[in-house]
Amino acid sequence: MSDLKTQIIAQLNLQDVRPEDIGDDQPLFVDGLGLDSIDALELIVLLQQYYKIKLSNAEDGPKVFKSVRTIAEYITAHQKEVV
Amino acid sequence: MKMYIRATGNISPQQTFGDVPFLESIVEHTGTMLHCTEPDYKNHIDPKMIRRMSRIIRMGVAAASACLKEAGIQAPDAIITGTAYGCLQDTDIFLSKMVEQNEELLTPTAFIQSTHNTIGAQIGLMIKSNNYNNAFVHRGFSFESALLDGIMLLMENPASNALVGAVDEITVNSHEILRRFGLYKQEPVSNLELLKASSKGTMAGEGAAFFLLANAASDNDYAQLNGLHTFYKPSGIEEIENEINGFLTAHKLSINEIDLVVTGRNGDINNDSIYDKLEHGIFNNSMLANFKNLCGEYPTATAFALWMAAKVLQTGGLPALPGLKQPAAKKINHILIYNQYQQKHHSLLLVSAC
Amino acid sequence: MSAPVFIAGVGAIAAIGKNTAACMESFRNGKAGMGDMTYLDSVHRQTIPVAEVKYSNAELALMAGMRPNVSRTALLSMIAAKEALQDAGIDNLASLRTGFISANTVGGMDKTENFFSQFLADHSKGKLRDVVNHECGSVTELVADALGVKNYISTISTACSSSANAIFFAARMIKNNLLDVVVAGGADAITKFTLNGFNTLMILDGEHCKPFDENRKGLNLGEGAAYVVLVSERIARQLAKPMYCTLSGYCNANDAYHQTASSPDGIGSYLAMAGALKLSGLQPADIDYINLHGTGTQNNDIAEGTAIKRLFDPVYPKMSSTKSFTGHTLGACGSLEAVFSAMAIHKGIIYPNLRLQTPMKDLPFIPEREFLQNITVKHVLSNSFGFGGNCSSLIFSTL
Repeated sequence: MSDLKTQIIAQLNLQDVRPEDIGDDQPLFVDGLGLDSIDALELIVLLQQYYKIKLSNAEDGPKVFKSVRTIAEYITAHQKEVV
Repeated sequence: MKMYIRATGNISPQQTFGDVPFLESIVEHTGTMLHCTEPDYKNHIDPKMIRRMSRIIRMGVAAASACLKEAGIQAPDAIITGTAYGCLQDTDIFLSKMVEQNEELLTPTAFIQSTHNTIGAQIGLMIKSNNYNNAFVHRGFSFESALLDGIMLLMENPASNALVGAVDEITVNSHEILRRFGLYKQEPVSNLELLKASSKGTMAGEGAAFFLLANAASDNDYAQLNGLHTFYKPSGIEEIENEINGFLTAHKLSINEIDLVVTGRNGDINNDSIYDKLEHGIFNNSMLANFKNLCGEYPTATAFALWMAAKVLQTGGLPALPGLKQPAAKKINHILIYNQYQQKHHSLLLVSAC
Repeated sequence: MSAPVFIAGVGAIAAIGKNTAACMESFRNGKAGMGDMTYLDSVHRQTIPVAEVKYSNAELALMAGMRPNVSRTALLSMIAAKEALQDAGIDNLASLRTGFISANTVGGMDKTENFFSQFLADHSKGKLRDVVNHECGSVTELVADALGVKNYISTISTACSSSANAIFFAARMIKNNLLDVVVAGGADAITKFTLNGFNTLMILDGEHCKPFDENRKGLNLGEGAAYVVLVSERIARQLAKPMYCTLSGYCNANDAYHQTASSPDGIGSYLAMAGALKLSGLQPADIDYINLHGTGTQNNDIAEGTAIKRLFDPVYPKMSSTKSFTGHTLGACGSLEAVFSAMAIHKGIIYPNLRLQTPMKDLPFIPEREFLQNITVKHVLSNSFGFGGNCSSLIFSTL
């Protein structure tokens, strides 16, 4: 999950945020890290780019991108499918 | 028309931002461009908003924010920006990735921010203002159009104010492309020597300058903005002189009543031949000052000239600018700015003491 | 200041026709302009439908009387601007103070794309003539120079509300007695830059768009250009032909909610519509037709609909999104829909909102689904909303 956090920080240009600052279950959107709908779109591309996972329906975003843990779980579940 | 410049915010290649003395020492830039001297943006922009902003957006939003702060106005009645090139860095990022990645795996941030109204929109978002918001993108008239929009709004509404500004940035690629068009000097020069050169080309410049215009006077105004006129592709020097004379006549002034003329010399012999002719003609007896040796050449550079004129009137005197022909002996009441961009876009501004 | 500004001429080119008359014919026949990508060379050709103008650059250049290697946006702009000026039939144009205020969102980007693919590989490569008209203002100048308009030229770029703002600014220049005649509007060709940009936002419908349908999936990009010729009352009186209508109201407001998304209550849209009504001195009940912004995205249509509900409830005028015919033409849509609004008044017609099957369940009104004619249309409200929260509304009124 540490790799994932590093990728998220880079993709979203989260200045002054270190991977260890993001809790595994910390909400990423609104009150948590303060991400918005544009960040969700950036994260969709991140999944595609690094994990070859295509989230074709943007409406799934809020569920998948709830926290780093939910993203990691989604990646694990869907990478198995690919393999 | 009677408009008051109540506040300014200016990020430029000189020390012009924040509480600094008016052009006390001139920053030297050597090469073919003048880059802005930028502040620490964290003191001026909400860190949550800053992370996505490219350099030009930060410059614009910080300059606008400082201007509003100085004016003591939370939300102006209008936010109007002028930019010839828009957000080049974001455009460049999206376009480059699109080409390199063959239209695959693209992300939205750079695209969204490449939109020409991004800076005005970000200012509106920052101060949560639902008021008028407009963006002009017409080359050497971008800032002048924004200014005209602001002036008209103030004339249409009995009590109001408008935040009007200009933003343009240099990027590595834009500089390279414009260099290929022959806009800049072949050899590196110093901006302090730029206007002495008798060769082709100038130095590239950039900047973000904002003004709070109001139609009622206050105790803290810099100056009055009394006139604005633009003309496009004049046929020759005679037409330019006619336009200048017509502008002055419309404001019931003669050239002898103008205490300072600020012109857009940029060190390019072709560009400057117009100013040479005017200095042997209508500006023969005028005190003259230049500004592009301070900010470089770019399509919205008139905004830097307006800032300089406003500061001269506010502080009551001219700083020791490089290449200044005569020292300021008498009180300056009326300043005429005449600028032209690539001999197509000509503009005149009349700025007067309050 | 309160003297009206008149619309003396109109010109339009879009996916549904090469001039205003052809567009009117397509409306009458219910013929939309979306289809497979034919002229744009993109990897998304098979997957993303677009509403292209159905002519090659070479054909457009002949119609425009310009070189075929200039930006497609300039070609479209010239064709529509020329039609508008001819339609206005102002004989003594040279002796009047004339302006050209145009809008576009990406200037000559279609040519810059060509340049960049070579330039990125080697900075000394790429034809400079492909990038010389990159700036938005440069496209405007190509057309202004060809039209011979010189007194005032400017370009506005506020995303999807650009050309509504151009018309609005032009009218104010006339009201402030700075100009007598202004050709005002906007143009945009589809480019790979904008197509891919909107694609990253995941708001492009893979099928033909369904504005104001509960199951709408997004927008279709379109292209085109449209201009109106605005004249002062003095010039209007001198012209032999009847005027189409007046521009009686306009307002620009900002949503100030998010960079791309509209606020849930559509506060910007509401303020723009309410401000335009106030300026025109009309009441909501006076409006006979609303030409909706109606892009077909989830977000726009609910925000716009909610704002309409707040302003008009319980009596709703007829309304429709003509983007169901033309696609979303970005910098051209405000002026294209201004031309359609003027023609609605002039001909007494209402355009249908195509492909609306399931009305939105959160809205108490349903846009018009049939082409209506022989009705009285006195006042039309036209909405244009864009990124950056930029919301502009125009009102056109019968003479």
